[in-house]
Amino acid sequence: MAQEKVNDLNLKDTELRLGLPGTEQVKEEQEVSCVRSNKRQLQSDNEEESTPPTKNQIVGWPPVRSYRKNNNNNGVSYVKVSMDGAPYLRKIDLKTYKNYPELLKALENMFKFTIGEYSEREGYKGSGVVPTYEDKDGDWMLVGDVPWDMFSSSCKRLRIMKGSDALALDSAL
Amino acid sequence: MDRRFPFKVLEHIFSFLDANEDRNSVSLVCKSWFETERRTRKRVFVGNCYAVNPLKVARRFPKMRSLTLKGKPHFADYNLVPDGWGGYAWPWIEAMAARRPLLEEIRLKRMVVTDECLEKIAASFRDFKTLVLTSCEGFSTDGIAAIASTCRKLRDLELRECNVDDLGGDWLSYFPETSTSLVSLDFSCLDSEIKLSDLERLLSRSPNLKSLKLNRSVTLDVLEGLLRRAPQLVELGTGSFSDELDPEEISKLTKALSELKQLKSLSGLWDLLPEYIPVLYSVCPRLTSLNLSYATVQMPDLVDLLSRCSKLQKLWVMDMIEDKGLKTVALCCKELRELRVFPSGADLDEEDVALTEQGLVSVSEGCKKLESVLYFCVQFTNAALVTIAKNRPNFRCFRLCVMEPFAPDYRTQQPLDEGFKAIVERCKDLRRLSVSGLLTDKAFEYIGVHAKKLRMLSIAFAGDSDLMLHHLLSGCESLKKLEIRDCPFGDTALLENAAKLETMRSLWMSSCFVSFGACKQLSQKMPRLNVEVIDEHPPKTRPDSSPVERIYIYRTVAGPRQDTPEFVWTIHKNPEVGVSRLSTR
Repeated sequence: MAQEKVNDLNLKDTELRLGLPGTEQVKEEQEVSCVRSNKRQLQSDNEEESTPPTKNQIVGWPPVRSYRKNNNNNGVSYVKVSMDGAPYLRKIDLKTYKNYPELLKALENMFKFTIGEYSEREGYKGSGVVPTYEDKDGDWMLVGDVPWDMFSSSCKRLRIMKGSDALALDSAL
Repeated sequence: MDRRFPFKVLEHIFSFLDANEDRNSVSLVCKSWFETERRTRKRVFVGNCYAVNPLKVARRFPKMRSLTLKGKPHFADYNLVPDGWGGYAWPWIEAMAARRPLLEEIRLKRMVVTDECLEKIAASFRDFKTLVLTSCEGFSTDGIAAIASTCRKLRDLELRECNVDDLGGDWLSYFPETSTSLVSLDFSCLDSEIKLSDLERLLSRSPNLKSLKLNRSVTLDVLEGLLRRAPQLVELGTGSFSDELDPEEISKLTKALSELKQLKSLSGLWDLLPEYIPVLYSVCPRLTSLNLSYATVQMPDLVDLLSRCSKLQKLWVMDMIEDKGLKTVALCCKELRELRVFPSGADLDEEDVALTEQGLVSVSEGCKKLESVLYFCVQFTNAALVTIAKNRPNFRCFRLCVMEPFAPDYRTQQPLDEGFKAIVERCKDLRRLSVSGLLTDKAFEYIGVHAKKLRMLSIAFAGDSDLMLHHLLSGCESLKKLEIRDCPFGDTALLENAAKLETMRSLWMSSCFVSFGACKQLSQKMPRLNVEVIDEHPPKTRPDSSPVERIYIYRTVAGPRQDTPEFVWTIHKNPEVGVSRLSTR
């Protein structure tokens, strides 16, 4: 199930598809009980299945208590990204980015837009596109205000505002 | 002349016996010793709740003050046991409530505990002092409230990694308004917010509180106030450690932590931010136990913390500690006895894996008292295992999880047989072992030959044939618990070593090649074993050759249990009946 990765961006994520959002994601995350077979699961040839379960998909493997898995924020951390006007949501793994420029670049690529320049006083000026996020307390914040670490651990979802909403925000700032 | 010791003298002598293993041996000597021992046993331990009837236990030990029970098989921790399998606490609570109202302590692990159970405990045991629930489920915070409000002598209330139906933080307000006798309180596994004023007032009126473990929703800004009300704490589990604090708050928190002069154990630390690490500096030199496994701190920040912990005996950390961090541990934590390194779930396909076998080698060199290890790692080598074994023959517990199933020694491409051979050869006191990576039958031959004190063994994705199981069952004299998943054998070894199974507490096998016919034969051969077939997708017909998904075999004097769900079959002892589901559900 290797995914092509270029510069840490998952190319599959940048593909435009007409399917329902998240369908491929679901298939990838589906856990599979080890199938009883005469061959060892991971050494099976492709005659068995076209995509044998990877080590991350085997039930109960690695043997970490689910309590610990659920609590562990440090693994994969997918958040939904919506963009005003786009027909469906996307999902990104915040852990694959180390700082704001990387994240914003990825978002620009994903939704095919350009973001204005960020300044602490004035937010994002220029392009009428404003990235915002919902944090752990349920408040909507401007992306970029807090240190990256704090952002990535408290961000629950992203919303890229544009059009009149964004203009209103811009002028308010 | 009556050559027997007078009862009173025997009783007095037996009162010095603490270890239940000793008491069990003593009970086997003769009837009068059995009688005397049973009348003096205060702490009762039942390692498998289905091994014996609760009523019989209640009747046997009239002086029972403490009961410890374990329910589900260990692999339930990794979702290998379907929900609803069993492990119900109710029959035990009911039996004790009726016959042993002076019971003071109940400790349950991997059991289903309902609110009804908790309410029954609260209502039945007037001197109830200690409730410790580990990896339990089935109850809500309402049940906890019942305990808090009714058990006036409550000393310990600990919920360790339980799955609780969290209806809100109200339960905390149910403790009596007067001064409490609380010594330890652990609600770290609960989700919802508790009311700060409830907790502050509870701390103010609990002068004996030594251990406090908060849940994640307790924010950092309130921690200082809590600590000021409990400066006598020996164990502290913080809540979240990532909220924003202004410089004055940081300085106050630092001071409050430095006033905890008795603090030995620190945990919680959820999402610990690097900028808050200096806040902990003052407690580090006193710490004997540090649990960083929920702290998302990376290198090099971890070094600042660990290099100050010279008294550390127990360290739990995530693999972000990297080999570099473990080198620091090897240099600075000379008292270390137990190390656990958990996987953070970082992409396992990464090329630069920063935590390798080297990390464990360093610690095994530098920490001479190290005796217990749990280590998750992407890959390993035989050479490393041999070095580790040479360095640390004093291991009692060695659990290595090479996360890539069937991974060979990545340098030589050989199986890890020789590496584990070194471990069992040199570590003569080894009690618990988990193996992983590519292993042939040879590895298990070595284990069978050398691991004479081994009590618990966990195996996954290993071996070539039935020989593997045969080596273990015929060689490991002290083996009590064996759990195996995804290994290619079953029938022959099981049937040849059936008698061994009665000397063990339990055997779990899932996704192996055990046939239905073998299960039947085994059950008929061994009347005092329960052979449970656990099949969520049973075939319509069951020829003898059909494989079963999972089997759980355990010795019991209670006969087949009556509470099996529809996906569990206890193989009937009568060969003509074959299989019966004995529950009426």
